[in-house]
Amino acid sequence: MANAHGSHAHTHAAAHGGGHAHSAEEVKKHVKVYIAIFVALLLGTALTVGLYYVHFNSMAVTITIALFVASVKATLVACYFMHLISERKAIYSTLAITGFFFAAMLYLFIWSRHSVPAGTEYTPTKYTPIPMSNQGK
Amino acid sequence: MDIPYTTQARPDTGLFNAKLGIWLFLASEVMLFGALFSSYILLRVGADPGTWPHGLLNIPIGTFNTTVLITSSVTVVLAWSALKMGDFAKYRKIQAVTILCALGFVGIKSFEYKDKFTHYEIWMKDGRRVTGHIEGNPWFYTLNKAAAQKVEAITFAPDAHHYAEKWEGHKAFHTELKAEEAAGAHHLPPVKIPVADIKRLSAFVPAHSTYFGIYFTLTALHALHVIGGAAVIFYLWALNKKLWLSDPERYTNRVEVSGLFWHFVDLVWIFLFPVLYLL
Repeated sequence: MANAHGSHAHTHAAAHGGGHAHSAEEVKKHVKVYIAIFVALLLGTALTVGLYYVHFNSMAVTITIALFVASVKATLVACYFMHLISERKAIYSTLAITGFFFAAMLYLFIWSRHSVPAGTEYTPTKYTPIPMSNQGK
Repeated sequence: MDIPYTTQARPDTGLFNAKLGIWLFLASEVMLFGALFSSYILLRVGADPGTWPHGLLNIPIGTFNTTVLITSSVTVVLAWSALKMGDFAKYRKIQAVTILCALGFVGIKSFEYKDKFTHYEIWMKDGRRVTGHIEGNPWFYTLNKAAAQKVEAITFAPDAHHYAEKWEGHKAFHTELKAEEAAGAHHLPPVKIPVADIKRLSAFVPAHSTYFGIYFTLTALHALHVIGGAAVIFYLWALNKKLWLSDPERYTNRVEVSGLFWHFVDLVWIFLFPVLYLL
């Protein structure tokens, strides 16, 4: 698809700016792709909710799977609905920089743990349920 | 004066200006939501084990709303496709669905919010905790209001389960109702709880807990984006037809740019939904 762009634009619609200007014919083909992605997103949603009712032994596994499915869905939206699959370099560069700082920000909480003065670390208090004797009345 | 590069590609970027503009804006949005997601992770990881509220949101409603937003995302791109093919009437029809979906999403979200504003947790002085509803379903009820109204006891319909208590504290309010619980009731019959026995009372609002603090921050910011995006899409759809008639390509580009924003809003929700509702 990427070769359809550029200054050598070959159709009326593509003669002007926009990373993915296409002729009516091409757009028609894309419509089928959009519908397919839509179905995939619905299935992804069903899968996410379905997995909620499956109880994995570890919370880490549950979180990983849920975020993996969400990432796949997000990628589909970004690549096809937002046309990132065939974009201009200016946009890719912008997003690469954003991606770097985004990732850095998500890791802040890990780094923050190394910058706490010794002896002042936060230790979660152990969860102690209220004794059974408080029940009734 | 003509604004340059509204349809023509700028030679150095290869894009019409608004497109690079919206992507730069979306990059800043990624950082905005990223900061909040990062905060969420920090708060979640730092919470005492077993205390993070779980199961307080309505999953079927959340799932339905997710579907609504995904539908609107596909209609946005289909509407743009219709414009690319020169079919304004078809664009109008498809984009109408987008606008309805946007209204639907905000409507459902408001309903969910209202549900939280009228759902309470009570911390008793003896350590018991209970969630449920106050008679008459008041919004944002507080102990201060109870004191101002000189209320001596609150009529409270407890939920059958508590999100964090491992012990069945709720039965404490209904020792005589075991059979009913076995029948799987969500709400137990109301009991009178003396205000003097209550240590803390809070609706499911940001002040309730860290969880609701971050929940409302994230979802309200997202909802504002939905409203803003829908406003732009509506403006182009309803009030901007003269641009289509004078410069169809520029109009189509406007719709595309509004669509890019809309997809981003959808994309954020794709992460918000599992993180807040399911994990």
